[in-house]
Amino acid sequence: MEVIQDIFGWAFLMGGAFFLLVGGIGVLRMPDFFTRMHAAGITDTMGAGLVLIGLMIESGFTLNTAKLLLMLFFLLFTSPVSSHATAHAALLAGLKPWRRGDKPAKSLPDPRTAGAIMTTTEPAQPKSRTASPQRRNGPHKGGRR
Amino acid sequence: MKFIIVAIAILVTMAMAIFRAAKGPTAFDRVLAANMFGTKTVLLIGVVGYIAGRPDFLDLALLYALLNFVGIIAMLRFIKIGHFGDGKPVDR
Repeated sequence: MEVIQDIFGWAFLMGGAFFLLVGGIGVLRMPDFFTRMHAAGITDTMGAGLVLIGLMIESGFTLNTAKLLLMLFFLLFTSPVSSHATAHAALLAGLKPWRRGDKPAKSLPDPRTAGAIMTTTEPAQPKSRTASPQRRNGPHKGGRR
Repeated sequence: MKFIIVAIAILVTMAMAIFRAAKGPTAFDRVLAANMFGTKTVLLIGVVGYIAGRPDFLDLALLYALLNFVGIIAMLRFIKIGHFGDGKPVDR
């Protein structure tokens, strides 16, 4: 039983380490923001999930396993929420997804205003103008648009 | 041994995230890297607890997970809205 626990612990922990490293390299090397989100999502789901499951296997049926399970569920629920919020904010800011054939994006629309949403210029995404998210936070705009 | 290997992998990934946060061309790259760094902090605290033989660290890791999520959402709300609630836009 000990041996089986050890083998599975090694396998899950090493798998988690592998996915963590792959996601880190992807965050460094992907060409633009949305592809980098893909790489970061790998570390959030596979990396964290495998490492936490490995720790669970290591600790057996104890209170620590319950805590690790709680952490795993929490990560699995919050990571998509924060990813969605990040991508939504970036789309509203007018970042364009990278297409094949584009140059790797050195600086996106305008480096000074790349984080500033409520500029007076037209957003670069015509589709997102007609979509409802633009209107949804109307009262917060403070008259900047 | 395996915990040390995983801890080293987490540290390397955290270094990559820090590099992207320092370099990233847009604010969203920095937010993404900060979020990733926070998640890796949670994992690192848990694994360090196992290395040190004190799994009580898991409570701290759970707390970090909560704080990280709230912080990221707050930062994104701020980026999206553009003011601190007083109606005055922040000078960027």
